[in-house]
Amino acid sequence: MSNLVQLTDVGLVLGRQSVLEHINLKVGEREIVTLIGPNGAGKSSVVNVVSGLLAPTSGTLWRAPGLRIGYVPQRLHFEASLPMTVARFLELTTSTGAERDACQAQLHIGNLAQQQLHSLSGGELQRVLLARAMLRKPQLLLLDEPAQGVDVSGQVELYRTIALLRDQLKCGVLMVSHDLHLVMAQTDTVYCLNRHICCQGAPASVSQHPDYRQLFGKDAADIAIYTHNHDHAHNLQGEVVPHSCDHHHA
Amino acid sequence: MPDFLVFALLAGSGVALVSGPLGAFVIWRRMAYFGDTLAHASLLGVALGLFLQINTWLAVMVSSILLALALLLLQKRQALATDTLLGILSHSALAAGLVCVSRFAEQRIDLFSFLFGDLLTANAQDLVTIYSFAVLVLGLLIWAWRPLLLCALDQNLAQVEGLAVQRWQTLLMVMMALVIALAMKVVGVLLITALLIIPAASARQLTQSPEAMAILASGLGVLAVLGGLASSFWWDTPAGPSVVLAAGLGFLVSLVVRRRT
Repeated sequence: MSNLVQLTDVGLVLGRQSVLEHINLKVGEREIVTLIGPNGAGKSSVVNVVSGLLAPTSGTLWRAPGLRIGYVPQRLHFEASLPMTVARFLELTTSTGAERDACQAQLHIGNLAQQQLHSLSGGELQRVLLARAMLRKPQLLLLDEPAQGVDVSGQVELYRTIALLRDQLKCGVLMVSHDLHLVMAQTDTVYCLNRHICCQGAPASVSQHPDYRQLFGKDAADIAIYTHNHDHAHNLQGEVVPHSCDHHHA
Repeated sequence: MPDFLVFALLAGSGVALVSGPLGAFVIWRRMAYFGDTLAHASLLGVALGLFLQINTWLAVMVSSILLALALLLLQKRQALATDTLLGILSHSALAAGLVCVSRFAEQRIDLFSFLFGDLLTANAQDLVTIYSFAVLVLGLLIWAWRPLLLCALDQNLAQVEGLAVQRWQTLLMVMMALVIALAMKVVGVLLITALLIIPAASARQLTQSPEAMAILASGLGVLAVLGGLASSFWWDTPAGPSVVLAAGLGFLVSLVVRRRT
């Protein structure tokens, strides 16, 4: 499996605040990678570095040459002063009418076609943005909290759709999520993030990882199997409390 | 109809045709204050043009474009909010323009006509200038419509999708600088922004697509020029302010029409 994107030892400083430290992460073709972590952990920053919106302060970002990205931002505010129907918005991609029809049917947004963008609810807007990303026939889907404003049953459905899209479009996926359990079945690799990468791996192993349990509380993992010696813990503010730290936290 | 009125009508309509669609972008991207700044600074261009003895249009266009590019650079270092920055530049430029005009060129120009427009003295030469630049800007707008629209929708989305956002933004600002130089003749530096945003805002009330809004804004702008000149002809009101007033009335009508539909 060749890589689409690779971050090597990426650090990001915004203002005087260090937001990301020593991030090593890669997304391969047809791989679904999920970022989880508490608020302020830097999940969106990772997405913004991958998308090219933020340049890393240190380390390197490598992207496959000519990488075509389908991007669904965390929130998007459309100016009410710009009249634009959903149908017209989807037309602004290079896609055929048949492709748009199929895509609208698949994401259940056919009934929204004549609605104005700024009048959509959060969940509707997410689906429209996903449709737009999909019509770009991306090699990498970049989703920043795609499930925001969607109820739980809708979320399960949404993640299933994303997994389906991966097979359909043969693309890699990098997404941000709050809830590992909802995305678990649809994810290949999970990175647990809290400014640095706390742990990574297949979802099942991450959910048992002590760092993950520290971050998300004991309820987050169904069965606690304590198998690791970890090098640090996190206090309630999410700051790193080293035990016997062999790497550096700024 | 007297000749001067025909020239005035043609000149005003030419500017209105292009300020409509461009005004739509001014509204979508919240650039009204930016337009004001360029407009106020154009008086400085007038003064410098007279001082250096070069063509006034050319002097205004070049100085506006330079200011637009300077603003683009300043915006990147965001120590101050953009509206503060624009407020400082806008009024400093206006003041500098007034000082320069009184210092270098008091006998040679009629300040009032630059502040409030000079539509009734438009001549054939002006028409050539206005229509060649109007056609140029309209052509650019049509050519760049899609990327400009995507940038107006959401700049981040456009950038991630691979558009050179900065380049399109620069193009938009340069086009604005050109149109503002043209509009100075019609409504004067103090009222230019009105000609950009009022027809577009009225058009927004009545349309459901960006293209319809842009085209209707052109039409409403031409109507405002017509109305303003009619009032100027029959009631001897100043032409530039009358055009803006007609556009304002048009906006009121659009609000009423919208409520009924």
